[in-house]
Amino acid sequence: MSPPRPELNYLNNGRSLWSWLTTTDHKRIALLYLFSITFFFALGGLFAAGIRLELFTPEADLFTSDTYNRLFTMHGIIMVWFFLIPSIPTVFGNFLIPMMIGARDLAFPRLNLASWYVFMLGGLFTVIVMFIGGVDTGWTFYTPYSSTYSNSYVILAAAGVFVVGFSSIFTGLNFIVSVHTLRAPGMHWFRLPLFVWSNYATSIIMVLATPVLAIVLVLIALERAFGMPIFNPYKGGDPLLFQHLFWFYSHPAVYIMILPGMGVVSELVACFAHRRIYGYVFVAWASLGIALLGFFVWGHHMFVSGQSMYAGFVFSFLSFMVAVPSAIKVFNWTATLHRGSITFHAPMLYALGFIGLFTVGGMTGLMLAAIAIDVHVHDTYFIIAHFHYIMVGGMVMAYMGALHFWWPKMSGRLYPEWPAILAALIIFIGFNLTFFPQFILGYNGMPRRYHVYPEEFQLLNVMSTAGASILGVGYVLPLFYLIWSFFKGKPAGPNPWDARGLEWEFADSPPIPNNFPATPLVTFAAYAYDRPDIRLLTGEQGQRFAIDAGPCAGETL
Amino acid sequence: MTARPPAPRIYYLVCGALLALLLLTVAVSFIDLGAFNVPLALAIAVAKALLVALFFMHLRDAVPLTRLVAVAGLAWLLVLFLLTFGDYATRGWMQ
Amino acid sequence: MEHVELASRTTAPHHQFDDLLQQRRAYEMGMWIFLVTELLLFGGLFLGYAVYRNLHTAAFQAGSRELNLLAGAINTAVLLVSSLTMALALHALQLARRRAAARLLALTALLGALFLAIKAWEYTSHVLHHKFPGALFQSSGPHPGPLELFYSFYFAMTGLHAAHMLVGLVVCAIMIGLLRRGRFTPESHAPLEMTGLYWHFVDIVWIFLFPLLYLMGYPQ
Repeated sequence: MSPPRPELNYLNNGRSLWSWLTTTDHKRIALLYLFSITFFFALGGLFAAGIRLELFTPEADLFTSDTYNRLFTMHGIIMVWFFLIPSIPTVFGNFLIPMMIGARDLAFPRLNLASWYVFMLGGLFTVIVMFIGGVDTGWTFYTPYSSTYSNSYVILAAAGVFVVGFSSIFTGLNFIVSVHTLRAPGMHWFRLPLFVWSNYATSIIMVLATPVLAIVLVLIALERAFGMPIFNPYKGGDPLLFQHLFWFYSHPAVYIMILPGMGVVSELVACFAHRRIYGYVFVAWASLGIALLGFFVWGHHMFVSGQSMYAGFVFSFLSFMVAVPSAIKVFNWTATLHRGSITFHAPMLYALGFIGLFTVGGMTGLMLAAIAIDVHVHDTYFIIAHFHYIMVGGMVMAYMGALHFWWPKMSGRLYPEWPAILAALIIFIGFNLTFFPQFILGYNGMPRRYHVYPEEFQLLNVMSTAGASILGVGYVLPLFYLIWSFFKGKPAGPNPWDARGLEWEFADSPPIPNNFPATPLVTFAAYAYDRPDIRLLTGEQGQRFAIDAGPCAGETL
Repeated sequence: MTARPPAPRIYYLVCGALLALLLLTVAVSFIDLGAFNVPLALAIAVAKALLVALFFMHLRDAVPLTRLVAVAGLAWLLVLFLLTFGDYATRGWMQ
Repeated sequence: MEHVELASRTTAPHHQFDDLLQQRRAYEMGMWIFLVTELLLFGGLFLGYAVYRNLHTAAFQAGSRELNLLAGAINTAVLLVSSLTMALALHALQLARRRAAARLLALTALLGALFLAIKAWEYTSHVLHHKFPGALFQSSGPHPGPLELFYSFYFAMTGLHAAHMLVGLVVCAIMIGLLRRGRFTPESHAPLEMTGLYWHFVDIVWIFLFPLLYLMGYPQ
């Protein structure tokens, strides 16, 4: 007999397109985001393909410099703001956080839906920019090129990013308030899954940093549209002011991108090592530590821009400090794996890939924090390799791991394991072949954002392009077998992984609209792998909850 | 927001204090205090802002978490200012 | 409208909340977090202004003196009083005096409109004197470049503030309409409280804008 799939669940609760477009159910909104994110990832990938094709040869044979500038700019803008920043929070955060805290929905469901529409509006602006000619300033919009001299659609592109920033702010606000006010009875802060801690820390960054990006984009638009001098050196302005304001957001932004991935990895490692996370409290505080320290280091992007040397010292020192909480997490995951009973399902492969590749990316980050090294490799392919190791080797792997891990919960069906393992391996090989050569290229002097290069760099570039093709194949494969499994996969049942957590032990696959039949009463710590699935301890579905919070509804801090 | 509202008298007193501080800040700006003019103007502004926040926005009776949120916002603004001025203030040190 | 119907319609919490207290706490926290984002939004502009004033002190002081101090001071007083009327409006509703609340809210909006009118008059005067930064800017002073920079920030900061005032006016109007339709009760009026917080915040921004923009040029 196949495991039960609830008659009425969030997927079939209203089948019209209208019911989806006007939903306030966090699970449906998560799927809306899943479609959008996938689209933008593909779009950003297409731009990457253009870049890597051009770089196959040392000469400029595919694109003019102008077009090439637009390619890498669009690649950066789309990947950063329309894929990396939203991905895990809006898809998995939205889907899982209410369930993980034992709630029926987020605190502000309509704001959640608004957040998706705002995201789509920002995306629309960006797609329009793409069609009418693109923007060529680099995703970093440096002045005075962006504010005065560029002949591309800077204002519209900036408007797209401005708008999508608010989507980020709404999501972050929603998560923070939800975690503070909607936790089920007994769900103390230190019983929360680390995924919630990570997304909570991410949300704090989203809320504090994004407004500064918003205002600096407004300033560029004002200078461009009205000729109002703001960053114009001829009128006494300082282009570096832009960089301070921009990087005040954009450095914490990279932590917005990676923290949710770290949260995913904690969940995956705990489940597939079948152990609670070693040093849970340290990992929880490390998430907050990363969020906090991440705000103090932005000047490390400006070591060679004309910033004061003394400011450089301070930022360099603080950049070394921010590596500490990340390292704490890596050590704790490793300690969890040690003596765990490990099973190598696809999500675990992604988690292991994350740990290794993120460590490489992080350590090269430490190298870059040292000013003496940075002055040589700034604006070379070394930097590109560094952040792609973290973002693609780390973050995208975490995203793929999350997608596979929670797919049974979201769809109610199992994906086929062997194609998934194959895809994971292809991705791992393709990734390293693409980006490892770039460390060498950068170290040997190949600048970034150039489409012509000296002949001696060609071999490594060819390797990188070959790797990119393999990586592309790896990313396309899941599209096929995941969609197939949505309709034809084996029914998953509530907990195919024998994981622990409210979403596995108390909710069905796919979950019912209100997530649980009644408010759960939490009496156990997170990752209680030393006991069986609670369903086995407490009997049939209907009897497993302590009903009704009563006067102790949701502890608030 | 979740507490009993104070009597209207407090609101009138606060408004009176705010207007008095407005007169003060304008008057004082015409007295030459050298380097203290700017900090004094800022201090008066902070006092006015505190009055509005504590009494009109009810921060005085709010739960600690709300106050933490407000303080966190200010703290982050401070980080932005301090570290940025760390650059501008020390640029001239290199000869 | 039946009092009983009204009570059940407005006092049941939304489905994701267990009770009204939890709902109010959530709205309160959400609103304050939103205000923090606004603080950082304006904060970026304040930073730019502070940096440039530091770099071009004489020009920025000259710019401050060119502004109409009386208009700025009157506007400050107008906003401070409008915060009073806003606080009184909420107080009236908490005492179930719905008509008084609506009137006080209208007075608040009126004061806000007065602020914007004075601001518009100031802006017109600046434009007519060729002080809008850009192609039409003219200055015969010793530092035309940094002076133009001053005006860029003056217009950006007061402009952003004015835009927020305008939104505040629209929200006030909506709230007055809802109040007159009997929408809020003394126990449940979160949107009105959030409107109040927003209004006071915009007032606080002006409390800083006024001395930083208008008073920095004195004493000469």
